[in-house]
Amino acid sequence: MKELQYERLKWSLTHAYNNNKHYHDKFEQAGFHPDNFKSLADMKHVPFLNKQEMRNNYPFGLFAMPLDKVVRVHSSSGTTGNATVVGYTKNDVEVFAEVVARCLGCYGVTEKDVIQVAYGYGLFTGGLGLHYGSEKIGALTVPISGGNTERQLMLIKDFGTTVLACTPSYALNVADYIEKKKPDYDIRKTKLRIGVFGAEPWSQAMRSEIESRLGIDAYDIYGLSEVIGPGVSAECEAKSGLHVFEDHFYVEIIDPDTGEILPEGEQGEIVYTSLTKEAFPTIRYRSRDITRLYHDNCKCGRTLVKMEKVTGRSDDMLIIRGVNVFPSQIETVLMEAEGTEPHYQIIVDRKGSLDDIEVMVEVSEKLFSDEVKVLDNLKKHITDRFRSALGISAKVTLVEPMTIARSEGKAQRVIDKRKI
Amino acid sequence: MNVTQVSVFIENKPGHLQSVLKILADADINIITLTIAETTDFGILRLIVNKPEKAAEVLKQSHITCSITDVLALEIDDKAGSLHKAIDTFSRRKLNIEYMYAFTEKRGDRAVMIFRFDNIEAAKKALQEEGYNIISKIDLIGV
Repeated sequence: MKELQYERLKWSLTHAYNNNKHYHDKFEQAGFHPDNFKSLADMKHVPFLNKQEMRNNYPFGLFAMPLDKVVRVHSSSGTTGNATVVGYTKNDVEVFAEVVARCLGCYGVTEKDVIQVAYGYGLFTGGLGLHYGSEKIGALTVPISGGNTERQLMLIKDFGTTVLACTPSYALNVADYIEKKKPDYDIRKTKLRIGVFGAEPWSQAMRSEIESRLGIDAYDIYGLSEVIGPGVSAECEAKSGLHVFEDHFYVEIIDPDTGEILPEGEQGEIVYTSLTKEAFPTIRYRSRDITRLYHDNCKCGRTLVKMEKVTGRSDDMLIIRGVNVFPSQIETVLMEAEGTEPHYQIIVDRKGSLDDIEVMVEVSEKLFSDEVKVLDNLKKHITDRFRSALGISAKVTLVEPMTIARSEGKAQRVIDKRKI
Repeated sequence: MNVTQVSVFIENKPGHLQSVLKILADADINIITLTIAETTDFGILRLIVNKPEKAAEVLKQSHITCSITDVLALEIDDKAGSLHKAIDTFSRRKLNIEYMYAFTEKRGDRAVMIFRFDNIEAAKKALQEEGYNIISKIDLIGV
Protein backbone atom coordinates (compact mmCIF):
# COMPACT_ATOMS: atom_id res chain seq x y z
CA MET A 1 0.00 0.00 0.00
CA LYS A 2 2.76 2.46 0.93
CA GLU A 3 4.45 1.86 -2.42
CA LEU A 4 1.25 2.40 -4.33
CA GLN A 5 0.57 5.55 -2.32
CA TYR A 6 4.05 6.90 -3.02
CA GLU A 7 3.72 6.29 -6.75
CA ARG A 8 0.28 7.85 -6.90
CA LEU A 9 1.27 10.76 -4.69
CA LYS A 10 4.19 11.51 -6.95
CA TRP A 11 1.81 11.53 -9.93
CA SER A 12 -0.79 13.64 -8.12
CA LEU A 13 1.72 16.24 -6.90
CA THR A 14 3.31 16.48 -10.35
CA HIS A 15 -0.08 16.73 -11.99
CA ALA A 16 -1.17 19.57 -9.69
CA TYR A 17 2.15 21.37 -10.10
CA ASN A 18 2.20 21.13 -13.89
CA ASN A 19 -1.44 21.75 -14.66
CA ASN A 20 -2.73 24.20 -12.09
CA LYS A 21 -1.35 27.68 -11.62
CA HIS A 22 -2.39 28.06 -8.00
CA TYR A 23 -0.66 24.84 -6.95
CA HIS A 24 2.33 25.65 -9.14
CA ASP A 25 2.78 29.06 -7.52
CA LYS A 26 2.27 27.91 -3.96
CA PHE A 27 4.68 24.95 -4.37
CA GLU A 28 7.27 27.35 -5.76
CA GLN A 29 6.71 29.75 -2.89
CA ALA A 30 7.13 26.95 -0.36
CA GLY A 31 10.30 25.82 -2.14
CA PHE A 32 8.82 22.44 -2.98
CA HIS A 33 9.24 20.67 -6.28
CA PRO A 34 7.55 17.32 -7.05
CA ASP A 35 10.88 16.02 -8.40
CA ASN A 36 12.22 16.20 -4.85
CA PHE A 37 9.45 14.01 -3.55
CA LYS A 38 11.51 10.93 -2.72
CA SER A 39 9.43 9.21 -0.06
CA LEU A 40 6.23 9.59 1.95
CA ALA A 41 8.29 11.35 4.62
CA ASP A 42 8.65 14.27 2.22
CA MET A 43 4.95 15.04 2.56
CA LYS A 44 5.78 17.46 5.35
CA HIS A 45 7.34 19.79 2.78
CA VAL A 46 4.15 20.06 0.75
CA PRO A 47 2.15 23.16 1.64
CA PHE A 48 -1.37 22.80 3.03
CA LEU A 49 -4.51 23.77 1.17
CA ASN A 50 -7.25 25.49 3.13
CA LYS A 51 -10.90 26.26 2.57
CA GLN A 52 -10.25 29.94 1.96
CA GLU A 53 -7.94 29.18 -0.98
CA MET A 54 -10.74 27.13 -2.50
CA ARG A 55 -13.15 30.01 -2.12
CA ASN A 56 -10.64 32.46 -3.53
CA ASN A 57 -10.32 30.29 -6.62
CA TYR A 58 -14.05 30.25 -7.32
CA PRO A 59 -15.24 28.85 -9.66
CA PHE A 60 -12.67 26.81 -11.61
CA GLY A 61 -9.32 28.13 -10.36
CA LEU A 62 -8.22 24.82 -8.82
CA PHE A 63 -9.05 22.63 -11.80
CA ALA A 64 -6.06 20.88 -13.32
CA MET A 65 -7.76 19.75 -16.51
CA PRO A 66 -9.22 21.82 -19.33
CA LEU A 67 -12.99 22.23 -19.00
CA ASP A 68 -13.66 20.06 -22.06
CA LYS A 69 -12.29 17.09 -20.11
CA VAL A 70 -14.42 17.92 -17.07
CA VAL A 71 -17.79 16.19 -17.21
CA ARG A 72 -19.39 17.17 -13.92
CA VAL A 73 -19.25 19.77 -11.20
CA HIS A 74 -20.53 19.77 -7.67
CA SER A 75 -20.58 22.67 -5.28
CA SER A 76 -20.91 23.46 -1.63
CA SER A 77 -23.96 25.46 -0.66
CA GLY A 78 -21.89 28.59 -0.27
CA THR A 79 -23.66 29.67 2.89
CA THR A 80 -20.37 30.76 4.42
CA GLY A 81 -19.10 33.09 1.76
CA ASN A 82 -18.19 31.93 -1.70
CA ALA A 83 -19.13 28.46 -2.72
CA THR A 84 -16.48 25.86 -3.45
CA VAL A 85 -16.82 24.26 -6.87
CA VAL A 86 -15.29 20.85 -7.50
CA GLY A 87 -14.91 19.16 -10.88
CA TYR A 88 -14.74 15.56 -12.13
CA THR A 89 -13.41 14.00 -15.31
CA LYS A 90 -14.98 10.82 -16.66
CA ASN A 91 -12.36 8.89 -14.76
CA ASP A 92 -13.04 10.85 -11.55
CA VAL A 93 -16.76 10.06 -11.82
CA GLU A 94 -15.77 6.42 -12.17
CA VAL A 95 -13.54 6.56 -9.07
CA PHE A 96 -16.30 8.36 -7.15
CA ALA A 97 -18.78 5.58 -8.02
CA GLU A 98 -16.18 2.95 -7.14
CA VAL A 99 -15.47 4.28 -3.63
CA VAL A 100 -19.16 4.73 -2.84
CA ALA A 101 -19.83 1.18 -4.07
CA ARG A 102 -17.08 -0.02 -1.73
CA CYS A 103 -18.78 1.78 1.18
CA LEU A 104 -22.02 0.01 0.37
CA GLY A 105 -20.07 -3.24 0.22
CA CYS A 106 -18.76 -2.53 3.71
CA TYR A 107 -22.35 -2.40 4.99
CA GLY A 108 -23.21 -5.70 3.34
CA VAL A 109 -25.22 -4.20 0.48
CA THR A 110 -25.36 -6.29 -2.70
CA GLU A 111 -27.06 -6.19 -6.10
CA LYS A 112 -30.08 -7.78 -4.45
CA ASP A 113 -30.77 -4.63 -2.45
CA VAL A 114 -33.15 -1.75 -3.17
CA ILE A 115 -31.52 1.55 -2.24
CA GLN A 116 -33.61 4.63 -1.65
CA VAL A 117 -31.34 7.64 -2.11
CA ALA A 118 -32.90 10.35 0.04
CA TYR A 119 -29.94 12.70 -0.06
CA GLY A 120 -30.58 15.83 -2.07
CA TYR A 121 -29.82 15.48 -5.76
CA GLY A 122 -28.12 18.40 -7.40
CA LEU A 123 -24.97 20.34 -6.71
CA PHE A 124 -24.60 18.59 -3.36
CA THR A 125 -22.43 15.47 -3.74
CA GLY A 126 -24.67 13.28 -1.56
CA GLY A 127 -27.47 12.44 -3.98
CA LEU A 128 -25.55 11.72 -7.16
CA GLY A 129 -22.64 10.20 -5.22
CA LEU A 130 -24.83 7.54 -3.63
CA HIS A 131 -26.75 7.12 -6.85
CA TYR A 132 -23.73 6.20 -8.97
CA GLY A 133 -22.25 4.04 -6.22
CA SER A 134 -25.51 2.17 -5.87
CA GLU A 135 -25.73 1.53 -9.60
CA LYS A 136 -22.10 0.48 -9.60
CA ILE A 137 -22.78 -2.22 -7.04
CA GLY A 138 -25.79 -3.25 -9.12
CA ALA A 139 -28.52 -2.48 -6.61
CA LEU A 140 -31.93 -1.20 -7.64
CA THR A 141 -31.53 2.54 -7.18
CA VAL A 142 -34.48 4.74 -6.26
CA PRO A 143 -33.54 8.41 -6.85
CA ILE A 144 -36.23 9.92 -4.64
CA SER A 145 -33.99 12.75 -3.33
CA GLY A 146 -34.63 14.44 0.03
CA GLY A 147 -37.86 15.44 1.72
CA ASN A 148 -41.46 14.35 1.17
CA THR A 149 -41.51 11.89 4.05
CA GLU A 150 -44.98 10.60 3.17
CA ARG A 151 -43.73 9.45 -0.22
CA GLN A 152 -40.49 8.05 1.23
CA LEU A 153 -42.54 5.82 3.50
CA MET A 154 -44.85 4.79 0.68
CA LEU A 155 -41.93 3.71 -1.52
CA ILE A 156 -40.17 1.89 1.31
CA LYS A 157 -43.30 -0.23 1.55
CA ASP A 158 -44.24 -0.52 -2.13
CA PHE A 159 -40.75 -1.00 -3.60
CA GLY A 160 -39.49 -3.18 -0.78
CA THR A 161 -36.65 -0.75 -0.06
CA THR A 162 -33.90 -2.41 1.96
CA VAL A 163 -31.43 0.47 2.26
CA LEU A 164 -32.16 4.10 3.11
CA ALA A 165 -29.43 6.65 2.39
CA CYS A 166 -29.96 10.07 3.97
CA THR A 167 -28.64 12.36 6.66
CA PRO A 168 -28.93 10.96 10.20
CA SER A 169 -31.09 13.90 11.23
CA TYR A 170 -33.49 13.15 8.41
CA ALA A 171 -33.67 9.53 9.58
CA LEU A 172 -34.79 10.81 12.99
CA ASN A 173 -37.24 13.05 11.26
CA VAL A 174 -38.70 10.01 9.52
CA ALA A 175 -39.03 8.26 12.90
CA ASP A 176 -40.79 11.33 14.34
CA TYR A 177 -43.10 11.48 11.36
CA ILE A 178 -44.16 7.87 11.73
CA GLU A 179 -44.75 8.35 15.44
CA LYS A 180 -46.84 11.48 15.06
CA LYS A 181 -48.62 11.08 11.75
CA LYS A 182 -48.63 7.40 10.86
CA PRO A 183 -48.91 5.38 14.07
CA ASP A 184 -50.22 2.43 12.02
CA TYR A 185 -47.14 2.33 9.79
CA ASP A 186 -44.94 -0.45 11.14
CA ILE A 187 -41.46 0.19 9.76
CA ARG A 188 -40.30 -3.12 11.23
CA LYS A 189 -42.67 -4.94 8.93
CA THR A 190 -41.01 -3.40 5.85
CA LYS A 191 -37.84 -4.83 4.31
CA LEU A 192 -35.74 -1.86 5.39
CA ARG A 193 -32.60 -3.19 7.07
CA ILE A 194 -29.73 -0.75 6.51
CA GLY A 195 -29.26 3.00 6.87
CA VAL A 196 -26.42 4.83 5.11
CA PHE A 197 -25.96 8.04 7.01
CA GLY A 198 -23.55 10.86 6.44
CA ALA A 199 -23.08 14.49 5.41
CA GLU A 200 -23.21 15.64 9.02
CA PRO A 201 -21.57 14.58 12.25
CA TRP A 202 -23.60 12.20 14.37
CA SER A 203 -22.98 10.49 17.64
CA GLN A 204 -23.21 6.93 18.94
CA ALA A 205 -26.28 8.06 20.86
CA MET A 206 -27.92 9.06 17.61
CA ARG A 207 -27.00 5.69 16.12
CA SER A 208 -28.70 3.84 18.98
CA GLU A 209 -31.76 6.02 18.69
CA ILE A 210 -32.08 5.58 14.92
CA GLU A 211 -31.45 1.84 15.10
CA SER A 212 -34.01 1.26 17.80
CA ARG A 213 -36.66 3.54 16.33
CA LEU A 214 -36.35 2.37 12.73
CA GLY A 215 -35.30 -1.21 13.38
CA ILE A 216 -32.23 -1.04 11.09
CA ASP A 217 -28.44 -1.14 11.19
CA ALA A 218 -27.11 2.40 10.86
CA TYR A 219 -23.72 2.93 9.22
CA ASP A 220 -21.60 6.02 8.78
CA ILE A 221 -20.47 7.12 5.34
CA TYR A 222 -17.92 9.87 5.40
CA GLY A 223 -16.61 12.26 2.81
CA LEU A 224 -16.11 15.83 1.76
CA SER A 225 -16.93 17.38 -1.56
CA GLU A 226 -13.46 18.97 -1.51
CA VAL A 227 -11.92 15.49 -1.54
CA ILE A 228 -14.51 13.70 -3.71
CA GLY A 229 -17.83 13.58 -1.85
CA PRO A 230 -19.16 10.67 0.19
CA GLY A 231 -16.96 7.61 -0.14
CA VAL A 232 -13.71 8.73 1.47
CA SER A 233 -14.26 6.25 4.28
CA ALA A 234 -16.94 3.95 5.58
CA GLU A 235 -17.83 1.90 8.61
CA CYS A 236 -18.03 -1.86 8.26
CA GLU A 237 -20.05 -4.46 10.15
CA ALA A 238 -17.90 -3.79 13.23
CA LYS A 239 -19.41 -0.29 13.50
CA SER A 240 -16.21 0.94 15.10
CA GLY A 241 -14.21 3.35 13.04
CA LEU A 242 -14.27 3.98 9.31
CA HIS A 243 -11.97 2.31 6.79
CA VAL A 244 -10.26 4.92 4.62
CA PHE A 245 -9.87 4.04 0.94
CA GLU A 246 -6.17 4.70 1.08
CA ASP A 247 -5.49 3.76 -2.51
CA HIS A 248 -7.38 6.91 -3.55
CA PHE A 249 -6.94 9.20 -0.55
CA TYR A 250 -3.78 9.77 1.46
CA VAL A 251 -4.53 10.76 5.03
CA GLU A 252 -2.43 12.44 7.70
CA ILE A 253 -3.21 13.66 11.20
CA ILE A 254 -1.73 16.99 12.16
CA ASP A 255 -1.68 19.24 15.17
CA PRO A 256 -4.19 21.93 14.12
CA ASP A 257 -2.16 24.65 15.81
CA THR A 258 1.36 23.87 14.58
CA GLY A 259 0.62 21.90 11.40
CA GLU A 260 3.04 19.21 12.58
CA ILE A 261 2.31 15.61 11.54
CA LEU A 262 1.28 13.46 14.51
CA PRO A 263 2.13 9.77 14.88
CA GLU A 264 -0.52 7.12 14.23
CA GLY A 265 -3.03 6.83 17.04
CA GLU A 266 -2.95 10.43 18.11
CA GLN A 267 -5.91 12.71 17.80
CA GLY A 268 -5.73 15.76 15.58
CA GLU A 269 -6.98 17.33 12.39
CA ILE A 270 -7.23 15.03 9.39
CA VAL A 271 -5.59 16.20 6.17
CA TYR A 272 -6.43 14.76 2.75
CA THR A 273 -4.52 14.34 -0.46
CA SER A 274 -6.18 12.84 -3.51
CA LEU A 275 -4.09 10.20 -5.25
CA THR A 276 -5.99 9.62 -8.47
CA LYS A 277 -8.17 12.65 -9.07
CA GLU A 278 -7.64 14.44 -12.36
CA ALA A 279 -9.96 17.44 -12.58
CA PHE A 280 -9.67 18.68 -9.01
CA PRO A 281 -6.55 17.46 -7.27
CA THR A 282 -6.76 18.02 -3.52
CA ILE A 283 -3.30 18.38 -2.04
CA ARG A 284 -3.00 18.37 1.74
CA TYR A 285 -6.44 19.77 2.32
CA ARG A 286 -7.05 20.82 5.90
CA SER A 287 -10.50 19.41 6.62
CA ARG A 288 -10.84 20.81 10.15
CA ASP A 289 -12.33 17.46 11.11
CA ILE A 290 -10.83 16.10 14.31
CA THR A 291 -10.22 12.36 14.46
CA ARG A 292 -7.61 9.66 15.02
CA LEU A 293 -6.07 7.13 12.62
CA TYR A 294 -5.27 3.60 13.70
CA HIS A 295 -4.91 0.00 12.56
CA ASP A 296 -6.68 -2.79 14.38
CA ASN A 297 -7.39 -6.35 13.43
CA CYS A 298 -10.82 -5.48 12.18
CA LYS A 299 -13.16 -8.42 12.27
CA CYS A 300 -14.34 -7.60 8.75
CA GLY A 301 -10.87 -8.53 7.51
CA ARG A 302 -10.05 -5.20 5.88
CA THR A 303 -6.53 -3.97 6.53
CA LEU A 304 -7.15 -0.38 5.48
CA VAL A 305 -6.33 2.27 8.05
CA LYS A 306 -9.27 3.26 10.20
CA MET A 307 -10.37 6.69 11.29
CA GLU A 308 -12.56 7.33 14.27
CA LYS A 309 -16.05 8.59 13.61
CA VAL A 310 -15.64 12.33 13.22
CA THR A 311 -17.44 14.15 15.97
CA GLY A 312 -15.23 17.16 16.32
CA ARG A 313 -14.00 20.10 14.37
CA SER A 314 -10.95 22.18 14.99
CA ASP A 315 -13.11 25.21 14.39
CA ASP A 316 -16.70 25.49 15.53
CA MET A 317 -17.60 22.54 17.71
CA LEU A 318 -19.39 23.26 20.95
CA ILE A 319 -19.66 20.97 23.92
CA ILE A 320 -22.86 21.68 25.82
CA ARG A 321 -23.23 19.71 29.04
CA GLY A 322 -21.06 17.02 27.53
CA VAL A 323 -22.97 16.88 24.27
CA ASN A 324 -21.14 17.81 21.10
CA VAL A 325 -23.06 20.37 19.15
CA PHE A 326 -22.19 21.82 15.80
CA PRO A 327 -23.69 25.04 14.53
CA SER A 328 -24.37 23.12 11.31
CA GLN A 329 -26.65 20.72 13.18
CA ILE A 330 -28.53 23.61 14.70
CA GLU A 331 -28.79 25.06 11.24
CA THR A 332 -30.19 21.80 9.90
CA VAL A 333 -32.92 21.76 12.53
CA LEU A 334 -33.83 25.36 11.83
CA MET A 335 -33.81 24.73 8.12
CA GLU A 336 -36.25 21.86 8.52
CA ALA A 337 -38.51 24.04 10.63
CA GLU A 338 -38.34 27.07 8.39
CA GLY A 339 -37.77 25.65 4.95
CA THR A 340 -35.23 28.38 4.27
CA GLU A 341 -31.78 29.35 5.34
CA PRO A 342 -32.20 30.70 8.84
CA HIS A 343 -30.48 33.60 10.50
CA TYR A 344 -29.60 32.49 13.95
CA GLN A 345 -27.09 32.90 16.72
CA ILE A 346 -26.08 30.48 19.40
CA ILE A 347 -25.23 31.90 22.80
CA VAL A 348 -23.54 29.60 25.25
CA ASP A 349 -23.17 30.62 28.86
CA ARG A 350 -22.49 28.93 32.15
CA LYS A 351 -25.06 29.29 34.88
CA GLY A 352 -23.64 27.90 38.09
CA SER A 353 -21.94 24.68 37.03
CA LEU A 354 -24.29 24.07 34.10
CA ASP A 355 -23.91 25.14 30.51
CA ASP A 356 -26.79 27.01 29.10
CA ILE A 357 -27.55 27.36 25.43
CA GLU A 358 -29.81 29.87 23.83
CA VAL A 359 -30.58 29.93 20.14
CA MET A 360 -31.82 33.22 18.78
CA VAL A 361 -33.75 32.90 15.56
CA GLU A 362 -34.69 35.84 13.41
CA VAL A 363 -38.35 35.85 12.52
CA SER A 364 -38.60 36.14 8.79
CA GLU A 365 -41.76 37.12 6.99
CA LYS A 366 -42.28 33.49 6.10
CA LEU A 367 -42.29 32.42 9.74
CA PHE A 368 -44.28 35.32 11.07
CA SER A 369 -47.93 35.07 11.95
CA ASP A 370 -50.31 37.54 13.53
CA GLU A 371 -51.33 34.78 15.94
CA VAL A 372 -49.31 34.19 19.09
CA LYS A 373 -50.11 30.48 19.14
CA VAL A 374 -48.47 29.94 15.73
CA LEU A 375 -45.23 31.53 16.88
CA ASP A 376 -45.38 29.69 20.19
CA ASN A 377 -45.85 26.39 18.37
CA LEU A 378 -42.89 27.16 16.14
CA LYS A 379 -40.74 27.80 19.20
CA LYS A 380 -41.92 24.60 20.78
CA HIS A 381 -41.32 22.60 17.62
CA ILE A 382 -37.75 23.87 17.28
CA THR A 383 -37.07 23.22 20.98
CA ASP A 384 -38.40 19.66 20.62
CA ARG A 385 -36.26 19.03 17.55
CA PHE A 386 -33.14 20.25 19.35
CA ARG A 387 -33.90 17.77 22.08
CA SER A 388 -34.59 14.82 19.80
CA ALA A 389 -32.00 15.47 17.09
CA LEU A 390 -29.15 16.99 19.10
CA GLY A 391 -29.94 15.86 22.60
CA ILE A 392 -29.77 19.35 24.03
CA SER A 393 -32.27 21.53 25.83
CA ALA A 394 -31.87 24.90 24.25
CA LYS A 395 -33.85 27.99 24.95
CA VAL A 396 -35.23 29.28 21.68
CA THR A 397 -35.81 33.00 21.42
CA LEU A 398 -37.47 34.65 18.45
CA VAL A 399 -35.88 37.96 17.56
CA GLU A 400 -36.43 40.69 15.01
CA PRO A 401 -34.71 40.52 11.63
CA MET A 402 -31.27 42.08 11.39
CA THR A 403 -30.85 41.78 15.16
CA ILE A 404 -27.96 39.38 14.76
CA ALA A 405 -24.86 41.29 13.81
CA ARG A 406 -23.53 40.46 10.37
CA SER A 407 -19.95 41.04 9.47
CA GLU A 408 -19.18 41.03 5.76
CA GLY A 409 -22.55 39.51 5.07
CA LYS A 410 -21.99 36.54 7.34
CA ALA A 411 -23.48 36.41 10.78
CA GLN A 412 -21.40 35.41 13.74
CA ARG A 413 -23.05 32.13 14.58
CA VAL A 414 -21.68 31.34 17.97
CA ILE A 415 -21.02 33.45 21.02
CA ASP A 416 -19.43 31.43 23.78
CA LYS A 417 -19.49 33.45 26.96
CA ARG A 418 -18.06 30.59 29.01
CA LYS A 419 -14.49 31.44 28.07
CA ILE A 420 -14.64 34.85 29.69
CA MET B 1 -64.59 44.40 1.76
CA ASN B 2 -62.72 43.21 4.85
CA VAL B 3 -60.69 45.50 7.02
CA THR B 4 -56.93 45.16 6.63
CA GLN B 5 -54.85 44.78 9.74
CA VAL B 6 -51.09 45.22 9.84
CA SER B 7 -49.36 42.84 12.28
CA VAL B 8 -45.81 43.56 13.40
CA PHE B 9 -43.30 41.37 15.21
CA ILE B 10 -41.58 43.22 18.04
CA GLU B 11 -39.24 42.04 20.71
CA ASN B 12 -40.33 42.68 24.25
CA LYS B 13 -37.62 45.27 24.92
CA PRO B 14 -37.56 49.02 25.55
CA GLY B 15 -37.42 51.11 22.39
CA HIS B 16 -38.72 48.50 19.96
CA LEU B 17 -42.33 49.71 19.88
CA GLN B 18 -41.06 53.26 19.66
CA SER B 19 -38.98 52.57 16.56
CA VAL B 20 -41.91 50.93 14.77
CA LEU B 21 -44.17 53.88 15.59
CA LYS B 22 -41.53 56.32 14.40
CA ILE B 23 -41.32 54.64 11.01
CA LEU B 24 -45.10 54.90 10.66
CA ALA B 25 -45.11 58.53 11.81
CA ASP B 26 -42.37 59.45 9.36
CA ALA B 27 -44.41 57.90 6.55
CA ASP B 28 -47.42 59.97 7.60
CA ILE B 29 -49.50 56.95 8.53
CA ASN B 30 -52.35 57.48 10.97
CA ILE B 31 -53.10 54.75 13.46
CA ILE B 32 -56.82 54.30 13.95
CA THR B 33 -56.61 51.63 16.61
CA LEU B 34 -54.08 49.11 17.90
CA THR B 35 -53.53 46.28 20.31
CA ILE B 36 -50.51 44.29 21.46
CA ALA B 37 -50.45 40.58 22.20
CA GLU B 38 -47.49 39.95 24.44
CA THR B 39 -45.46 36.91 25.45
CA THR B 40 -42.36 36.82 27.64
CA ASP B 41 -39.91 37.63 24.87
CA PHE B 42 -41.88 39.05 21.98
CA GLY B 43 -45.11 40.80 21.14
CA ILE B 44 -47.34 41.11 18.12
CA LEU B 45 -48.48 44.61 17.45
CA ARG B 46 -51.75 44.71 15.55
CA LEU B 47 -52.70 47.94 13.89
CA ILE B 48 -55.56 49.35 11.91
CA VAL B 49 -54.13 52.29 9.97
CA ASN B 50 -55.31 54.59 7.22
CA LYS B 51 -52.82 53.21 4.68
CA PRO B 52 -52.12 49.53 5.51
CA GLU B 53 -50.25 48.63 2.31
CA LYS B 54 -47.99 51.63 2.62
CA ALA B 55 -47.42 50.87 6.31
CA ALA B 56 -46.35 47.32 5.46
CA GLU B 57 -44.09 48.61 2.72
CA VAL B 58 -42.21 51.14 4.88
CA LEU B 59 -41.86 48.63 7.71
CA LYS B 60 -40.41 46.01 5.36
CA GLN B 61 -37.98 48.57 4.00
CA SER B 62 -36.69 48.97 7.55
CA HIS B 63 -36.32 45.17 7.88
CA ILE B 64 -39.21 44.88 10.29
CA THR B 65 -41.21 41.66 10.02
CA CYS B 66 -44.86 42.35 9.42
CA SER B 67 -47.83 40.88 7.63
CA ILE B 68 -51.24 41.89 6.42
CA THR B 69 -54.34 40.05 7.61
CA ASP B 70 -58.01 40.46 6.87
CA VAL B 71 -60.08 41.05 9.97
CA LEU B 72 -63.73 41.64 10.50
CA ALA B 73 -65.00 44.95 11.89
CA LEU B 74 -68.38 44.64 13.48
CA GLU B 75 -70.69 47.42 14.58
CA ILE B 76 -72.67 46.75 17.75
CA ASP B 77 -74.91 48.80 20.02
CA ASP B 78 -72.97 50.59 22.72
CA LYS B 79 -75.05 49.15 25.55
CA ALA B 80 -74.99 46.31 28.07
CA GLY B 81 -75.28 42.82 26.61
CA SER B 82 -74.68 43.65 22.96
CA LEU B 83 -71.14 42.17 22.80
CA HIS B 84 -72.44 39.07 24.51
CA LYS B 85 -75.13 38.79 21.88
CA ALA B 86 -72.60 39.00 19.06
CA ILE B 87 -70.29 36.44 20.61
CA ASP B 88 -73.27 34.18 21.23
CA THR B 89 -73.83 34.13 17.48
CA PHE B 90 -70.31 32.84 16.97
CA SER B 91 -70.53 30.17 19.63
CA ARG B 92 -73.85 28.87 18.33
CA ARG B 93 -72.30 28.49 14.90
CA LYS B 94 -69.04 27.09 16.26
CA LEU B 95 -66.95 29.91 14.82
CA ASN B 96 -63.70 30.22 16.72
CA ILE B 97 -62.37 33.70 17.41
CA GLU B 98 -58.58 33.76 17.18
CA TYR B 99 -58.45 37.14 18.90
CA MET B 100 -60.45 40.35 19.19
CA TYR B 101 -60.13 43.89 20.36
CA ALA B 102 -62.25 47.01 20.62
CA PHE B 103 -62.12 50.05 18.46
CA THR B 104 -61.15 53.15 20.40
CA GLU B 105 -63.42 55.50 18.49
CA LYS B 106 -67.18 55.54 18.86
CA ARG B 107 -69.45 55.80 15.87
CA GLY B 108 -72.43 57.70 17.12
CA ASP B 109 -74.11 55.46 19.66
CA ARG B 110 -72.44 52.37 18.27
CA ALA B 111 -69.18 50.65 19.20
CA VAL B 112 -66.88 48.76 16.85
CA MET B 113 -65.16 45.45 17.59
CA ILE B 114 -62.40 43.88 15.53
CA PHE B 115 -62.40 40.08 15.21
CA ARG B 116 -59.84 37.71 13.71
CA PHE B 117 -61.26 34.41 12.47
CA ASP B 118 -59.74 31.41 10.81
CA ASN B 119 -62.61 31.48 8.40
CA ILE B 120 -63.58 35.09 7.96
CA GLU B 121 -66.13 34.42 5.20
CA ALA B 122 -68.14 31.98 7.35
CA ALA B 123 -68.16 34.52 10.17
CA LYS B 124 -69.34 37.27 7.83
CA LYS B 125 -72.12 35.14 6.45
CA ALA B 126 -73.30 34.23 9.94
CA LEU B 127 -73.39 37.84 11.06
CA GLN B 128 -75.14 39.05 7.95
CA GLU B 129 -77.80 36.40 8.37
CA GLU B 130 -78.40 37.71 11.87
CA GLY B 131 -78.68 41.28 10.68
CA TYR B 132 -75.38 42.68 11.97
CA ASN B 133 -73.65 45.57 10.28
CA ILE B 134 -70.18 44.64 9.10
CA ILE B 135 -68.13 47.74 8.49
CA SER B 136 -66.25 47.96 5.26
CA LYS B 137 -62.72 49.16 4.86
CA ILE B 138 -63.94 52.36 3.18
CA ASP B 139 -66.20 53.29 6.08
CA LEU B 140 -63.48 52.65 8.61
CA ILE B 141 -60.34 54.11 7.14
CA GLY B 142 -61.64 56.07 4.21
CA VAL B 143 -59.87 54.21 1.41
